[in-house]
Amino acid sequence: MAATMKNVDEIRNRVILGEFGVKNVHTSDFPGNYPGYDDAWDMHKFQKNFRIDVVHLDESSMEFDMVGMDAAIANAFRRILLAEVPTMAIEKVFIYNNTSIVQDEVLAHRLGLIPIKADPRLFEYRNTGEEAAEEEGSEIDTIQLQLKIKCSRNPRASKDSSDPRELYLNHMVYSKDIKWVPIGNQADVFADSIIGPVNDDILIAQLRPGQELDIIMHCVKGIGKDHAKFSPVATASYRLLPEITLMETVEGEKAERLKRCFSQGVIELEDVNGKKVAKVVNSRLDTCSREVLRHDDLKNVVKLGRLRDHFIFTVESTGILPPDVLVTEAIKVLMAKCQRFLNELDSDINEVK
Amino acid sequence: MELLGGEFCDMTPQELAAPVNTVAVKGLVKQHIDSFNYFINVEIKKIMKANEKITSDADPMWYLKYLNIYVGMPDVEESFNVTRPVSPHECRLRDMTYSAPITVDIEYTRGSQRIIRNALPIGRMPIMLRSSNCVLTGKTPMEFSKLNECPLDPGGYFIVKGQEKVILIQEQLSKNRIIVEQDRKGAVGASVTSSTHEKKSRTNMIVKQGRFYLRHNTLSEDAPIAIIFKGMGVESDQEIVQMIGTEEHVMASFAPSLEECQKAQIFTQTQALRYLGNKVRRQRMWGGPKKTKMEEARELLASLILTHVPVKEFNFRAKCIYLAVMVRRVILAQGDNKVDDRDYYGNKRLELAGQLLSLLFEDLFKKFNSELKKIADQIIPKQRAAQFDVVKHMRQDQITNGMVNAISTIYRLYLIKLKVYFLKLLAVLLSSSAEVSFNSSSGNWSLKRFKMDRQGVTQVLSRLSFISALGMMTRISSQFEKTRKVSGPRSLQPSQWGMLCPSDTPEGEACGLVKNLALMTHITTDMEDGPIIKLAFNLGVEDVNLLCGEELSYPSVFLVFLNGNILGVIRDHHKLVSTFRLMRRAGFINEFVSISTNLTDRCVYISSDGGRLCRPYIIVKKGQPMVKNKHIEDLSQGYRTFEDFLHEGLVEYLDVNEENDCQIALYEHMINKDTTHLEIEPFTLLGVCAGLIPYPHHNQSPRNTYQCAMGKQAMGTIGYNQRNRIDTLMYLLAYPQRPMVKTKTIELIDFEKLPAGQNATVAVMSYSGYDIEDALVLNKASLDRGFGRCLVYKNTKCTLRRYTNQTFDKVMGPMLDAATRKPIWRHNILDADGICSPGERVENKQVLVNKSMPTVTQTPLEGSTQPGQPQYRDVPISYKGSTDSYIEKVMISSNAEDAFLIKILLRQTRRPEIGDKFSSRHGQKGAFFFSLS
Repeated sequence: MAATMKNVDEIRNRVILGEFGVKNVHTSDFPGNYPGYDDAWDMHKFQKNFRIDVVHLDESSMEFDMVGMDAAIANAFRRILLAEVPTMAIEKVFIYNNTSIVQDEVLAHRLGLIPIKADPRLFEYRNTGEEAAEEEGSEIDTIQLQLKIKCSRNPRASKDSSDPRELYLNHMVYSKDIKWVPIGNQADVFADSIIGPVNDDILIAQLRPGQELDIIMHCVKGIGKDHAKFSPVATASYRLLPEITLMETVEGEKAERLKRCFSQGVIELEDVNGKKVAKVVNSRLDTCSREVLRHDDLKNVVKLGRLRDHFIFTVESTGILPPDVLVTEAIKVLMAKCQRFLNELDSDINEVK
Repeated sequence: MELLGGEFCDMTPQELAAPVNTVAVKGLVKQHIDSFNYFINVEIKKIMKANEKITSDADPMWYLKYLNIYVGMPDVEESFNVTRPVSPHECRLRDMTYSAPITVDIEYTRGSQRIIRNALPIGRMPIMLRSSNCVLTGKTPMEFSKLNECPLDPGGYFIVKGQEKVILIQEQLSKNRIIVEQDRKGAVGASVTSSTHEKKSRTNMIVKQGRFYLRHNTLSEDAPIAIIFKGMGVESDQEIVQMIGTEEHVMASFAPSLEECQKAQIFTQTQALRYLGNKVRRQRMWGGPKKTKMEEARELLASLILTHVPVKEFNFRAKCIYLAVMVRRVILAQGDNKVDDRDYYGNKRLELAGQLLSLLFEDLFKKFNSELKKIADQIIPKQRAAQFDVVKHMRQDQITNGMVNAISTIYRLYLIKLKVYFLKLLAVLLSSSAEVSFNSSSGNWSLKRFKMDRQGVTQVLSRLSFISALGMMTRISSQFEKTRKVSGPRSLQPSQWGMLCPSDTPEGEACGLVKNLALMTHITTDMEDGPIIKLAFNLGVEDVNLLCGEELSYPSVFLVFLNGNILGVIRDHHKLVSTFRLMRRAGFINEFVSISTNLTDRCVYISSDGGRLCRPYIIVKKGQPMVKNKHIEDLSQGYRTFEDFLHEGLVEYLDVNEENDCQIALYEHMINKDTTHLEIEPFTLLGVCAGLIPYPHHNQSPRNTYQCAMGKQAMGTIGYNQRNRIDTLMYLLAYPQRPMVKTKTIELIDFEKLPAGQNATVAVMSYSGYDIEDALVLNKASLDRGFGRCLVYKNTKCTLRRYTNQTFDKVMGPMLDAATRKPIWRHNILDADGICSPGERVENKQVLVNKSMPTVTQTPLEGSTQPGQPQYRDVPISYKGSTDSYIEKVMISSNAEDAFLIKILLRQTRRPEIGDKFSSRHGQKGAFFFSLS
């Protein structure tokens, strides 16, 4: 292989953003691919390299770095977060009365998408299949909610008012109007946790005097693979850590231009001997727009790359579970899958014997 | 705004588009409404005036005279003689016709009495929505919503038997204009299609072996032109030559024609008429005084050849001069091939609903009158106890049905139109007061002879989306046969700039024949020409009747034409044209009268006829546009309207011919010292559909054309009243979105308020193989969350009739299961009244209305015994469909025939499925092939 050692390191560890393409996007560090490298899987080496840094965490979103891992695994976490961590969502809508202009199906669809605050870990999956459809939900697998509201004229509205907010009562149906109806022992079991919609201000329908909604809803446990309403995250995504290297010093007007080519805070100007010199301050903030490569005099000054094994994860929860819990749940799901796979392998081996 | 610069520098695009706003909003369907208004307010009175008196052969004392005619407001008959105003939406729902009574004031004799009767109904006229007689005119949006009508709906269509019908704009060659053209062999000829209220005919002038001939339908062979001249009383060869032109080559070209006349030994008018009399095509006679061949020939020259040139008491002067000008045109064109362009839009006229309906009404009114006359002729001679009272014989259904059928069916209108023409022709030929039979069976062959066969004129308004409805109102169909393989009529014409949309035309068969109006185009209606004639003479035009003939070809003068007729000659045509325009800008003459000079033909053309395309421009004087910043400010604040701009001479309408006579700058910075006008907004050269495309100038041109066809199929909203409609098929989007990238046109046509489509994030890349050949992959989570979710509405109708034997249809309650006492499965969704209940889910083969019908519906023969109770048999209306539907709405009403009408609106909600098509706004459509989870 004609490539020098330095080049090989770059190919192995960096994704290069060029003017006309992105290079080295595929994983190539499998055993035997590079002479002089031992790429065989080694638990110690992995443990040494692997780390997770939580950058930001609040009740609805988190950002963390996952370093020293293959993209396939990182992607598995992302996809599990999106589609396989279970939550509770409205699955059955029993419409006793709907005189609003929203069609029954559309109304049911809207209700289904409302995130319901209830810990899915405390519930069981409901049976699926033909006979199960007829079954009534029980306290261990179903939450019952009720929406009963009627719009009327506001008797205290001023005569010449034309503002619907003043003229009518209950003309906007929000998610806060959904009430929890405990079944069985649920009232005691969930006494300290309030079950209901996560957000109070989701508009469900608009009513006019005389129109009413009378609806009973059943929430069940499900996963996002089945329907997006069960997805516990608003988004879960990762990106690679950008790396910007300046090949030479950039000064004056060029430096100003260079700064403008990147997102704010990526490049700052420093005063060196009365001249403004560009310096990479925080390459993490870059969006990798490659704008700089459109400037002929700047494109050879910088080298744009991304660290192949450094994943910046962003998890935004719908509010049902905190994002850190979601990530641990996702890891548990993957572990369960691995365990199942191992079990399958074992059973297969036994069968062969 | 670097585009306009100068005066407009500091203005935002919104402010600049302000003048367009007022024009376009009215303009899109204004032409339809204007034309219909003109018909019901002006034209209908003219038609009445032309046919005002009916007399009878049986009694010379008896007569009927129409004094006035009115079209009322739309109403519906509640019970006998009790009417109530009706709203368009009620007509849509109840399958009725939105029509108003036509009433007349008449004066007639009964016995020896003279009686005047006022407001006598003679029939009903379908009323165009938003026309002057529509209940919607002048209403506020609030009142619109009370009438269940969408305030953004453009109107301009009719509601006939519950269906919305549009009469498409028809494009045809100008009437009454000389068109010089080459035939297939390369010989130059001229033709004129004359059309007046009384007669329509086509006259051709052809050249055979260097000699001129006149070809006409009523002549069995081509007549030498010199003989025609002599027949019209110009007996001297010198006079003929003087009129045609005394230049050497003109005389040389015409000499053989004179020679031929000489050879035929025809020197006097009498000889010429005798010669022509033998050539007149024999027609079948229906009695009447027999006329000599000479009389026939004179009649023919006076009223069938070039019918639009008036001949009073056989004074052929004007017609001779017209004929001479035709000959001269052909001679001049022969040398250097200066033939006219048939496809040029200055030579085209657009026919609108008003014109078509007026033809129809004229025919029906004449038929009505001849029927009355027939009745009078029959009844008066018989001695009766009661005196003959014509009012008792005036039946309304003939005119009503005639109008309704013409709009609701497609072909009828045209057959009628031809019949009118043909019968008038006969009537003139016979020139008798004898009764003209209207049962002519010759309607069909005349169809072929005059190439007037047209179809697809009325169409059901497409309510696929708001844009499709709007797009239909601006559609123009051309009358060229689709099978003819000539590219001329189909190709883009430079003269359609700004008048017709260059992008919006269908692909395939009708490509280039069906066109669409641009945003600001206006189509003129007919105008009085009396004042214009007077003005022209006052401006120095010398009357053609006072000329000796030779002046026509003087190099110092220009001929002046008004609507195809020669008015006279003018020495200083520059002054005439500029004064005329000044007068128009000052508001002394109608803003739609156009005047233009044609330097090659040495003519000044003044036009005031209907159907011309025109559009407004800002007037530029001394290199400065007349519209200034402050005007625009006033406009946007509502102090001035666009009409004020017109009246103040800041803006004027130019038709295609006058556009050719002007220097129009596209942008303000392009104004130079010769500039006369400035374009208001360049984007208005596109139509409604092309206006929806963002950045159309960055697209390959066929993409814009594809988009114009596709934009109409977009799903979304169709009007604010969409949930009140019960259409046969209606697609609505559950979550329509306003486009994030919008054009000025989108704002003007209120697409933002009634959007179609959703904003989507699109990745263009290769992935998975399910995206080959414009297929697309959609994100399953988006579909779960409601992307592309739509509602499909269908309706089911059911009428309950009464039969002649006093039996009637019944609706029975649900049938109960004997064991459980519950309704059987098929009747599960029925209410106690036997009609399905709203909100229920219907499955295949379930019953919607449990109707039963008497087995015997005919009146039993006399003598046969009447059974006590009529027998009934079940004729249930059941649901058919592989997927279940929900019942949205049930309407119970009665239709115009007083039968019970039950309409059921069914609804389905669908999410995108494999095979559905999605498209951007750039003619890029693709099928949905795979959903990615």
